[in-house]
Amino acid sequence: MLASLRHRLHEAFVRWALRVRPPEPAPIVLTQRRVYVLPTRAGLAYAMALGVILLGAMNYNLSLGHALVFLLAGLGIVTILHTFRNLVLIAIRPGRCEPVFAGSLAQFDLVLENRRPDARTCLRLFIGDETPIEVDVAPHAGTVATLNVAATKRGWLPMPRLTIETTWPLGLVRAWSYAVPDLNCLIYPAPAAKAPPLPWRGESGRGSTKDGRGADDFSGLRDHQVADPPRHVAWKAVARQQDGPLLTKLFEGAAAQQVWLDWEALPDTIDTERRLSILARWILDANAAGLAWGLRLPGVRLAPDNGPAQLAGGLRALALHHHGAQ
Amino acid sequence: MARSNRPVSRRQAWWLLATALVASLPLTPELPLWLSLAAGITFSWRAALTWRQWHLPPRWLLVLLVIAGTVGVILQYRTTLGRTPGVALLVVFLALKLLELRAARDVVVTALLCYFLVFGQFLFTQTIPTALLAALTVLITTAALLAASDDRPPPQQLLARAGLMLAQALPFMLLLFVLFPRVQGPLWGIPQDRFSAVSGLSDSMSPGSIAQLSQSDAIVFRVKFTGEVPPQSQLYWRGPVMPSFDGRTWRVTQTMGTYRDIPYAGVGAAVDYEVTLEPHGKRWLFALELPATLPPDSALTNDYQPVARQPVRNRMRYTQRAWPRAIAGVNEPSSVLRSALALPRDGNPRTRAVSASWRAQYGDDDAAILAAAENWFNQQLLIYTLNPPLLGSDIVDEFLFDTKRGFCEHFAASFVFALRAAGVPARVVAGYQGGEVNPVDGYLVVRQYDAHAWTEVWIAGRGWVRIDPTAISAPSRINLNLAAAVPAGETLPFLARSDLTWLRELRYRLDAITNGWNQRVLGYNPQRQRDLLADLGLNEPDWRSMTAVLSVLCGAVMLGLTGWILRNRLRVDPALAAWRRFTARLAKRGIAWQPWEGPLAFAERAARQTPIHAEDIRAIAALYVRLRYEPAPQASDLAQFRVKIARFKP
Repeated sequence: MLASLRHRLHEAFVRWALRVRPPEPAPIVLTQRRVYVLPTRAGLAYAMALGVILLGAMNYNLSLGHALVFLLAGLGIVTILHTFRNLVLIAIRPGRCEPVFAGSLAQFDLVLENRRPDARTCLRLFIGDETPIEVDVAPHAGTVATLNVAATKRGWLPMPRLTIETTWPLGLVRAWSYAVPDLNCLIYPAPAAKAPPLPWRGESGRGSTKDGRGADDFSGLRDHQVADPPRHVAWKAVARQQDGPLLTKLFEGAAAQQVWLDWEALPDTIDTERRLSILARWILDANAAGLAWGLRLPGVRLAPDNGPAQLAGGLRALALHHHGAQ
Repeated sequence: MARSNRPVSRRQAWWLLATALVASLPLTPELPLWLSLAAGITFSWRAALTWRQWHLPPRWLLVLLVIAGTVGVILQYRTTLGRTPGVALLVVFLALKLLELRAARDVVVTALLCYFLVFGQFLFTQTIPTALLAALTVLITTAALLAASDDRPPPQQLLARAGLMLAQALPFMLLLFVLFPRVQGPLWGIPQDRFSAVSGLSDSMSPGSIAQLSQSDAIVFRVKFTGEVPPQSQLYWRGPVMPSFDGRTWRVTQTMGTYRDIPYAGVGAAVDYEVTLEPHGKRWLFALELPATLPPDSALTNDYQPVARQPVRNRMRYTQRAWPRAIAGVNEPSSVLRSALALPRDGNPRTRAVSASWRAQYGDDDAAILAAAENWFNQQLLIYTLNPPLLGSDIVDEFLFDTKRGFCEHFAASFVFALRAAGVPARVVAGYQGGEVNPVDGYLVVRQYDAHAWTEVWIAGRGWVRIDPTAISAPSRINLNLAAAVPAGETLPFLARSDLTWLRELRYRLDAITNGWNQRVLGYNPQRQRDLLADLGLNEPDWRSMTAVLSVLCGAVMLGLTGWILRNRLRVDPALAAWRRFTARLAKRGIAWQPWEGPLAFAERAARQTPIHAEDIRAIAALYVRLRYEPAPQASDLAQFRVKIARFKP
């Protein structure tokens, strides 16, 4: 009850504190209006200790006791300013974000920029209740901070609200701010652990596998094309002819075999997410086998091909299947 | 938060060990030996733990050690209250906390304990060296706190940062020190152990008790006269008055104040002065004879001794007025006179015989008897010395007729005895005589070796008359000082000696500094604060107006520091500022600088659109690229760049 009230109050505070409707345009500069400062537990203990010393100084009429308390009180005020200064006017820019499979960790890269001639020390960034990561930013420089978020669902995962805080230099005061950088991570469906075998269509494909020649049977050379996988480059042949063009090894299987990975090929009893998982597994397998594969989804058709671009395109289509815009 | 669970690194452990060492070392003279040794062993243990990276001792062992330390302190002092047991307990906790450094939280607790120990030092001494040492301790402790947040920088860098932060804290400290509404302590009872070993005049006087003080150069009080310093021979600082005599020892009988107002009248000019009295743990206050005013919270006994309501446990300052010539006690109550005549039934027969002869010769004329006594003392050729021979049972007889060598207490005691034996009321007055003016700050400093004893004799119609029997035999003691009066070759306290002029100079300066420190820093109390604020134009300051002024000034300092914090926001690279002016002018012509364009690409586009200015634009862009992206931009480039932009009118 109390915990939920606290949580709701905190959320209301964050909404008010962010002011801008997320996601925010880059760069996000943490201006003084959006950096908040409160004492930490250590800071409260420090204040209490000062109170006790002050009482002692009054009781014993110790002028130097007063001086000590006042010096330490001044130090407390100064540390507020230093902590605030350590965080204020940091600029946050969204960085890279590689697509990942659901069930693993999405990694959001943020670039923290320091436009001041002195370093920012011990900035902690975290999302929700995750373990904070700690970074320093050198003077007039940028640092990349990578934040991990568990990816549970396929589709676009927007970067959750980020808390950036620091208690440097004395640990008595905490300055913090919130930011929602405009960064989205593409989450592929998790490849199914158990999937039916690749759906072969056409006799040639099936036959070729059966009589054991597979994709590795060398059948000839042709000029290299950009889309050809690098491991099919005939390096020995290239080395032999000095300045000649790159050549690609042709394989019996690669030339002849095409596989269509088809949404409709799966039985109707399988639900959408399961289907997508199976398709993801097929795509990975087909890609690993070096096959030219095509993909058919309701409303999407990907011509058979091979290589990283095909892989990314196929998985992306699965991730965004019936996922609205983007 | 999550951070407070982080284990303590080796560097942090070294920092805390250094802090704990600096904080507890100055306290070792106050602590029992066993505790100092135990703390030393614990510190070494901590050092070994860090050095060898051993495991921390188990928790049950630490609990046992804490209990053992606490019990040890209680057995030592029979209490945990009071300053010494309190500080001892703090040292126990600090030493054992060092063995329990597990998380960042422990670091903070250790640092706070060190700050407490700094305060603990002030309970014992508040001198300038103590303050400097305390400042060093605070610096190191703050650096240790810094290391708790980030232990990567080298020590000198952490110390420099701690120094910077403390320097920024100084203005707040000064403001708070001057303006924070002061409260006169104590807020609750102060345990008695604070004033255990203070030497000084006591409430009794026997042969040798004042001579013993002459070996001490501790300061008793300092005096600042409003006008001229009166002649040395008039500087009789009245202390405890001792009318009671048991044959060997003179004692104070009056400890309670009788008069709230001065019961006598002055004759002639008054002397105004201010006394800064060092704490002596007794209730009497020293005043130039005879006091014309009473300090606050004090009264006068019926033998004219000012006494405070509470024993003097803190350095105390009071303004006073004195009448060097006063007629006091003309109508003295008979009880006082009776007690000024009381003598033991027997003893000292030879002196009694001399006194009886005076009474027989002069009859009822007390004044004549007094003159006869003074004359007789003069003829006895008594010698003033710091090392009088030991006396037997009849101390007066032996001194006056046999040894003839004595210190001021012998002179005063014998004189009073002789007059009482003749039937003239008389009493011993203890106190201080003289003092030394420090030419540096003009304060008169009275030290323990200025302790003295003299007498008062009651003559009908004249009241109490001060007679100093020492002055009869050794006038230089009164007119000059102790060093001039005692025979050459007698050991004197270092500061009482008159040779070594340069050393004397040095001492004057040091003492003036100490006095300034005592007056301005240590003696800054509610009264001083009111006076100072009144001088600053804040009349009748109460805590509200003080708090208001304090808040305003602290706010101003805060603003200054905040400006420093945000200053970099306002300081834009001059090249960038000029470039912005340049692009703004082009934007007015419809050629806006797009965020995705580099400066050279933008310049090329602008040059194509305004061919007349193409050359200027390209030159400006080239300069800009040199200023912003080259490793070492040249100042001449910047000047040229600015000129070109100023002239650029598209």
